[in-house]
Amino acid sequence: MPVNDPADAPMTRHRWPALLAIALIVGGVALAFGWIAGWLTPGRLTPQRFTNAIESGNGQIYRGYRRAHAKGVCVAGYFEGNGQGVALSSARLFAPVRTPFAGRLSIAGGSPYGLDGKARVRSMALELNSDDGQQWRMAMNSFPFFGVSTVSAFYEQTRANTPDPATGKPDPAKQAAFLRAHPEFARFASWAKSAPWSTSWANTTFNGVNAFRFINARGDVRNVRWSMQPQAAFAAMTAEQRAAADGNFLSEDLQARLARAPLRWDMVVTLAQPGDPTADPAQPWPEDRQHVTVGTVVIESSTPQANGACRDINYDPLVLPTGVQGSDDPILAARSAVYSVSFNRREHDIASGKADTAVGKTAAPEARP
Amino acid sequence: MNDLHPARLAPRHFNLTARVLHWSMALAILAMLFVGIGMVTSLSLRPTLVSLHRPLGIAILLLAIVRLVNRLRHRPPPLPADLPRVQVLAAKASHWLLYALMFAMPLIGWSMLSAGGYPVTMFKGFNLPPIVPHDATVYAALRGAHTWLALLLFATVLLHLAAALFHAWVRRDEVFPSMARGASPTPASAAPEPAGVSPRDSGDNDADS
Repeated sequence: MPVNDPADAPMTRHRWPALLAIALIVGGVALAFGWIAGWLTPGRLTPQRFTNAIESGNGQIYRGYRRAHAKGVCVAGYFEGNGQGVALSSARLFAPVRTPFAGRLSIAGGSPYGLDGKARVRSMALELNSDDGQQWRMAMNSFPFFGVSTVSAFYEQTRANTPDPATGKPDPAKQAAFLRAHPEFARFASWAKSAPWSTSWANTTFNGVNAFRFINARGDVRNVRWSMQPQAAFAAMTAEQRAAADGNFLSEDLQARLARAPLRWDMVVTLAQPGDPTADPAQPWPEDRQHVTVGTVVIESSTPQANGACRDINYDPLVLPTGVQGSDDPILAARSAVYSVSFNRREHDIASGKADTAVGKTAAPEARP
Repeated sequence: MNDLHPARLAPRHFNLTARVLHWSMALAILAMLFVGIGMVTSLSLRPTLVSLHRPLGIAILLLAIVRLVNRLRHRPPPLPADLPRVQVLAAKASHWLLYALMFAMPLIGWSMLSAGGYPVTMFKGFNLPPIVPHDATVYAALRGAHTWLALLLFATVLLHLAAALFHAWVRRDEVFPSMARGASPTPASAAPEPAGVSPRDSGDNDADS
C-alpha cells in the first residue's frame, strides 16, 4: 500500500523479506492453533469426534437428551456422613452433616425410549452441594469395572457397536475384531453375561469405577474407589421376567418405593494398597482391600427428567471439592471431556427449540427397543 | 482522539503501566486462547487446562479493568502522521475491539458457567458466585458466543501482531518502539541523567511516574 509513501521509498528493496517473515510468524501461530484444535488432523480423536461416534452408535440423534444414558429420572435427597470419611478426605460431606443433592438414576443406551429390561447397565449420578459452598459430582455405574483400559479402546468399542445402516444391527465381524484386539474386554463381557440383574434401581450397587485421590486435613493422600451399596435387599430378575416387564418398570418401581419410604445406599470407600493400578479402570483391585463405610445416600423423591433439576446438569465426575482429586485414569479425563460436549449439544438442542419431547412440551412415544 | 493536541505535547511512548500491562496481557491472552482451544479438543488435558483457564480468565478481566482506567487517564502516543487513513481506521477499530473482547470473554465465560450450573471454581475451595441463572437457553447462547468471540479475538490478535511487525520491520516508524520500550535519553544527553529531564520525553515520563 505505501507505494506512494515517501517515508517508505528508501526501503522498498528490503520490504519482501520482512513481509515474508511477518507472514511466516502470523501463519505459524495460526497453524499451531489449528493443529491444537484438531483442524489439521481429521484422524485425531477429540471429544467432538468421540461424541459423533456415540451419536452414530445411537442410530439417530435424540435432540435434547444426553448422548449416552439418555433415559432416566431426576431424584433428590441428601447424603449423610457418619464421620468415618473425615480421616480419609477433608471433603465437607464426610462430616456428620446432611448434604443435599440433585441426582439422576438412568439406564445405559442412547435412546430415551430404551426398554428397562434390556439395559444391562444402570447408573446413578449425584450433584452434592455441601454447606461450605463446594460441589461434588459423581457419575456411577452398575458395572464393577470398565470394559477397556484406554480411551482409544473405548472409542473402538463404541464404533464396533454402531449399527450397520443396512441391517440396523452392529456388524458381528466388527464386534469380533474388537474382542480379538481387546482381550481385556473379556472380564467385562463375562460380568455382563453372568452377573444377576436386580429388580430395581433401589437394590442395585453403583460403582465409581474410576480411581480418585482422597486428601485429608493433614495432607495424607490415598487412592480410592467407591461404591453405593443398596440397603434394599437384592432380588434377582430372570430373563423371562425382564422380557415380560414393562419397558419403564424401573421408574414405576422407583415411584412405588418412594411413596412408601426413602431409599438408601451406603457409600463404601475402597482403599488402594501401594501398587494397585489407578490408571486402569478395567482392573479391579483385590477383594481384600480395606473398605470404609463413610455415609449414606438417601433418595427422597423423584421427578421426570423433562422438567427435573437433573436435565440441565452435566454430571462431570471431575467436579470435585477440596479433599478429592481425580486420578491418572485416562478414562476419567475422557469422560469429563465427552460429557461436556454431550451437555453442550443437548443444551443447544433445547435452546434452538429442537427438543420439545426432551423438555416435556410434547409427549414421548411408547418405549421401544 | 489526539488530533486536537499539538504533537509536541503528545507522548511518544506508552507509559510504563500500559507497557507492562500490554506485554503481560499479550502473553496471558495468547496463552488463554491456546489453553481454551486445547481444553475443548483434548480427551486427556481438559481437567488440567480447565483449572488453568478459569482463574487466568478472571485475572485477565481484572487486568483489563486496570488497563482501561490507565488508557482513559493517559493519552497514548499518536499514530504516525503519514499513516494512510484506512490503516488509522483499522488500528483504532481493532484496538477498541480488543478492549471489548478483553472484557467480554471473561464475563461471558463466567456467565456461561453460571448458566450451565457449573461451579465457577478459581481454585479448590474458592468459587465465584453465579452471575446469571441456571438456564439451558441462556447457557447455549453464551457457550456459542464464547467460542465465536474467542475465534474473533484470535483473528484480531493475529491482525494486531501482523500490523505491529509491519510497523516495526516494513514502515520502521515509531509505533512499535512506543510499546516496546520507554523513552530513551536523547542523543545529546548520553551521560547518566534522569530521563524525565529531557523535554522530548516529558509526556511519557510524566505518565511513567
